Amino acid sequence: MFAQGAAPRRVVVTGMGIACPLGIGVEHVWRRLVAGESGISAIQSFDVKDLPAKIAGQVPAGSREEGKLDLNEWVPVKDQKKMDRFIHLALVAAQEAVADSGWQPEDEEGRCATGVMIGSGIGGLQTIYEASLTVAAGKARRLSPFFIPSALINLASGHVSIRYGFKGPNHSVVTACATGVHALGDAARLIASGDAEVMVAGGAEAAISEIGMAGFCAARALSTGYNDRPQLASRPWDEGRDGFVMGEGAGILVLEELEHARRRGAKIYAEVIGYGMSGDAHHITAPSEDGDGAYRSMRAALRSARVAPEEVQYVNAHGTSTPLGDDLELGAVERLWGDAAKGLAMSSTKSAIGHLLGAAGAVEGIFSILAIRDGVAPPTLNLEKPSRESPIDRVAKVAQERRIRVALSNSFGFGGTNASIVFRAAP
Amino acid sequence: MSETAEKVKKIVVEHLGVDEAKVTPEASFIDDLGADSLDTVELVMAFEEAFGVEIPDDAAEKITTVQDAIDYIEKQKAA
Repeated sequence: MFAQGAAPRRVVVTGMGIACPLGIGVEHVWRRLVAGESGISAIQSFDVKDLPAKIAGQVPAGSREEGKLDLNEWVPVKDQKKMDRFIHLALVAAQEAVADSGWQPEDEEGRCATGVMIGSGIGGLQTIYEASLTVAAGKARRLSPFFIPSALINLASGHVSIRYGFKGPNHSVVTACATGVHALGDAARLIASGDAEVMVAGGAEAAISEIGMAGFCAARALSTGYNDRPQLASRPWDEGRDGFVMGEGAGILVLEELEHARRRGAKIYAEVIGYGMSGDAHHITAPSEDGDGAYRSMRAALRSARVAPEEVQYVNAHGTSTPLGDDLELGAVERLWGDAAKGLAMSSTKSAIGHLLGAAGAVEGIFSILAIRDGVAPPTLNLEKPSRESPIDRVAKVAQERRIRVALSNSFGFGGTNASIVFRAAP
Repeated sequence: MSETAEKVKKIVVEHLGVDEAKVTPEASFIDDLGADSLDTVELVMAFEEAFGVEIPDDAAEKITTVQDAIDYIEKQKAA
């Protein structure tokens, strides 16, 4: 992937963890996703009467045993108030991923070779909101000393490193909805370049709050026409789509240098073989009208992977269910794949979990890897009538068994930032 | 135990998440109860709120044990 000398360092995935609207735990979430279940529901945790969008993909509350979130099972009670919810969710997914990888460095060398790169699109938004109220009430001196470290985006990486003693590169990514893919790609490159042997990487987001919902509503980005039928609201490529559905959660992957993983006999899910990025240089929230940013991002990823489009069997689309974005991405994929488009499966799993913003790319990266592992393309829910036809199979409503050796996952963000990552079956 | 002592103890248990039995008068917030410097700032703020007293930074720095806190608060309330 990143070969420069005679002995390229290859990067593989050895651990995965998810907290998302379909629940807690990779296998539990994957089973529900493939079965076509939806994690979108009405918002109950705060008053939505002043908001045009009243639904979201929320991490379900309940016990770990039933695949739901009881924070007390994951984060000590006294530490919970020192962190915003996005850090809670990062810690939940990181604990699953690290345990899954079996990587427990026993000496200082191993600890120093293990880094963390967890990003977020927005970070501690609710924490900042609440602190603002305190200050506005004339109580600036009553602000908690934990306010700043609770809200800072890189503190997800900080808390994970502190919990496990990982002393390698400690970094974070902030590129709006492209954060998750950038975190995985950048972390893989840190391993390839020799800065680390192992990276715990991914994204976390918790912006389902009054201020978060109101902000995206103001940008006219959210679906508002399905408040009474939440599970039908996220419908990528369907002619009835009217905006994205806000989601929350975290996806964390343990990335590891191939020989390092082999030496310790680690289970290997897949290899990270390519990563590409681009900028639209067009508009703060709208994608470039010709889909050129998406096209160049995917082309760069395939080039770095040294695979041709026809060697890719599955694309996990950015596909947020917005009127403009979905068909632009579709057009960019058709343009890049050319004649090979008709053999391609592409789905948007946001149809089931909503848009997890900075966590989306990491969660969808995990779905792409599981699609390779199990030979299953997860479905695009609610795709009843596409707004336009395409030779690409968009896996409408029902999962498909397919031979998938190579998968590409896209994430595009506000500011015109695009990122694509390519995985291949375990070597 | 005085009312102040009871209340201080309760706040310490809540904020530091420690066993009540460990919150003895001579217990040091940092050395015995696992607090860090930010925890102690928050603890002092909680005392201020609960007792309606003001604890300036230079006084707060000298409050290192449970008894220190009780003594300071009782002195303020008596004044």
